[in-house]
Amino acid sequence: MAIDLTDQVVDASAGQPVISARDVRVWYGTTRGAIRAVDGVSFDLAPGETLGLVGESGCGKSTLGRGLMGLLPEGAKRDGQVLFRGRDIFSLSQKASYQLRGSELGMIFQEPLTRLNPLMRISQHFEETIKQHEPDLSKDDIRERALEVLRLMGIPPTRYRSYPHEFSGGMRQRLMIALALVLRPAFVVADEPTTALDVLVEAQIVQILNDLRRNFQTSLLLITHNVGIVAEACDRVAVMYAGRIVEQGTVTEVFKHPQHPYTRELLRSTISLSTTGLNFIPGAPPDLVDPPDGCRFHPRCPEAMTVCASKNPVDMERPGGGRVECWLIGPESEIPAGGKQPLKQQELTVADEA
Amino acid sequence: MPTKPDTQTGTGPLVEVRHLSVHFQLRGGTMARLFGRDIGTIKAVDGIDLDLQPGEVVGLVGESGSGKSTLGRALLGLVPATTGSIRLQDQDIARMSRRQLREIRRVVQMVFQDPNAALNPSMTVEQAVGDALRVHGMRSASRRREGVVKALERVGLSPVELFLNKYPRDLSGGQKQRVVMARAIVLNPTLLVADEPVSMLDMSVRAKILQLMLDLKSELGLTYIYITHDLATAKYFCDRVAIMYLGRVVEIGPTEEIFAQPRHPYTKALLSAIPEPDPDKMVPRDLPRGEIPDAADPPLGCAFHPRCPEAVRGCGWESRDLRALVEQHWLRTDMAYDEEQAVIGDLDHLDAPATSATLGTGGAGAVRAILDRVRAEDPSEPLWSGVTSIEDAGPGVTVHFEPAEPPALRRAGGVDVACVLYPDEGTGRASD
Repeated sequence: MAIDLTDQVVDASAGQPVISARDVRVWYGTTRGAIRAVDGVSFDLAPGETLGLVGESGCGKSTLGRGLMGLLPEGAKRDGQVLFRGRDIFSLSQKASYQLRGSELGMIFQEPLTRLNPLMRISQHFEETIKQHEPDLSKDDIRERALEVLRLMGIPPTRYRSYPHEFSGGMRQRLMIALALVLRPAFVVADEPTTALDVLVEAQIVQILNDLRRNFQTSLLLITHNVGIVAEACDRVAVMYAGRIVEQGTVTEVFKHPQHPYTRELLRSTISLSTTGLNFIPGAPPDLVDPPDGCRFHPRCPEAMTVCASKNPVDMERPGGGRVECWLIGPESEIPAGGKQPLKQQELTVADEA
Repeated sequence: MPTKPDTQTGTGPLVEVRHLSVHFQLRGGTMARLFGRDIGTIKAVDGIDLDLQPGEVVGLVGESGSGKSTLGRALLGLVPATTGSIRLQDQDIARMSRRQLREIRRVVQMVFQDPNAALNPSMTVEQAVGDALRVHGMRSASRRREGVVKALERVGLSPVELFLNKYPRDLSGGQKQRVVMARAIVLNPTLLVADEPVSMLDMSVRAKILQLMLDLKSELGLTYIYITHDLATAKYFCDRVAIMYLGRVVEIGPTEEIFAQPRHPYTKALLSAIPEPDPDKMVPRDLPRGEIPDAADPPLGCAFHPRCPEAVRGCGWESRDLRALVEQHWLRTDMAYDEEQAVIGDLDHLDAPATSATLGTGGAGAVRAILDRVRAEDPSEPLWSGVTSIEDAGPGVTVHFEPAEPPALRRAGGVDVACVLYPDEGTGRASD
């Protein structure tokens, strides 16, 4: 018997976004001051859609993912509004958001081995996960449900009673995905799910994530630093820099006609099979305790203008669809006189390098 | 200081690796050791021939577990060679004492993958880089500093004063990798073994470090062994590429030739697995199944055959492949699993590699029926062509497979490839 994979998702949110984030902020308190790791991020995620979140290390991608899940470490604070099917999940009680995690919001982590209990069989992992949210389900029903998901992940039923150490790295990641999906969450955050894996296995997992939309109707936020994976597995992409999403739109649009200089430089610095010359972005992402004034990318930007160093860029409708914030796009009316002069950049040395 | 030692005036190769094997003995439990029972051997590197011309960049490419790092470490004598030789400057690194090895490391140096682990957190940059000089007998602190400053300038860490007294924790990933590079070149080596030097770094920094390595190569006349799992950087960076799988080279040749016309199915698979950042270039791909197998019990015949999308009859089919096939079958059918499983019984005993497999507990006829069903699902599955006979055996059946030897490297076009699809093309020899 096949379980109906789609019913609960479709009726609740026909046409509406599953996740609607507005002005999300996350900051960590340190002795030097607050690290504003996520600083005013807004995006929507439609049912069954995959949004890729890319950027260099330290730009706040993972913090955003964990913030949405409510899995921030102590000492971190979050603010803003995140509507999950119309409910504000940032204002829920601890208990209510605990209930939501697992059944409605799922998370796939980077290192599967550290997330599976080595003393528990795979069957026990599934029993624990499912019992938490559906205590009345019998063991046979649990097994049936688990085998169904495992099958979709390509794990044969003969392995249901195995221990985590009996699986290879790629199989473990499939197990993690299966565990995250067995309760059919409507929204899943995958934080660098392929980084610890080999190239061929990575490609297999990307294919599985690609099939998620068809098999589960799950909305996925895929956090990665690999723009190739975004091109492969995502519908839309959000490019993050220093705590802000600087450009977002459909993958085809953004990768073909990048509007923000950071997007363009990030794509150019990627080494792929068609690479004929080495390009890189000079300098390093800024210290988020004290980010640069104006546009945070301006010290590294090859096209910086004088306005970029003094005024924050404005969130704009992106030519071709999506959003972008860069003074090169406008709005003209807010650029002060002479603001379009090229900015005299200080020379960046290796001393400032990432 | 001379920028490079006078080792490359001769015309011969800088390094000649011949039939090199590095095997690791598995230790097993106390009882096994007490009674001297053989637990098994991991053939991390298994009979490799490789020549390295002066000034060349040779890439060793493969997944984790392919033996590429072990081969790289063997070149520095960091792991003992089981058999074979590594000739460098008329000496055999595979037979050297520790004292001799220390000497040879003036000539051969290594850059490690993880800059966080490669630097001692309690040593400043000056101490870390200068330590190499101190180990090699440079007593005078002022001369050491001179060498350190020069090396740091070469790797772009200037102004040097900003870095000399920094600890690794004060540096970014790219800067740390530059320090590691400085430490590797401070002794003016001839050969640099770079083990995944950029894979831990951010995309935007990778290009910088690769550029630095290219600059160092032309300035210092270095020869590189570049170990990586990433064919994209190998394509850009290497003159020649050796694709490795489970301790063996499966394809080796000039970079252009390998990328223009990959021959071995494993090379093709690696190439197709690289995600292209251009949404237009996406093609549906035929990815190999599964993962790199256990090196302690490699597949019989060609080690890649269980994953190979182009496998044929002579690849060396065996018991474990049958198990995988039956399990694949159970992935497809929902209802039949419980009944079929009762007929087939336990499959765990098939994990011992053998060219015959006995399975089934529910009667020979019933087992045959299930096997027929499996076969009918995909009649083109190459495993069946490797089956010589199926006999009844008690409550089940025994499936016999055609035995096969692992294919040797053979000439094919401008490259050497180890695959049954490329039979001998004449007298070509590996690594010339």
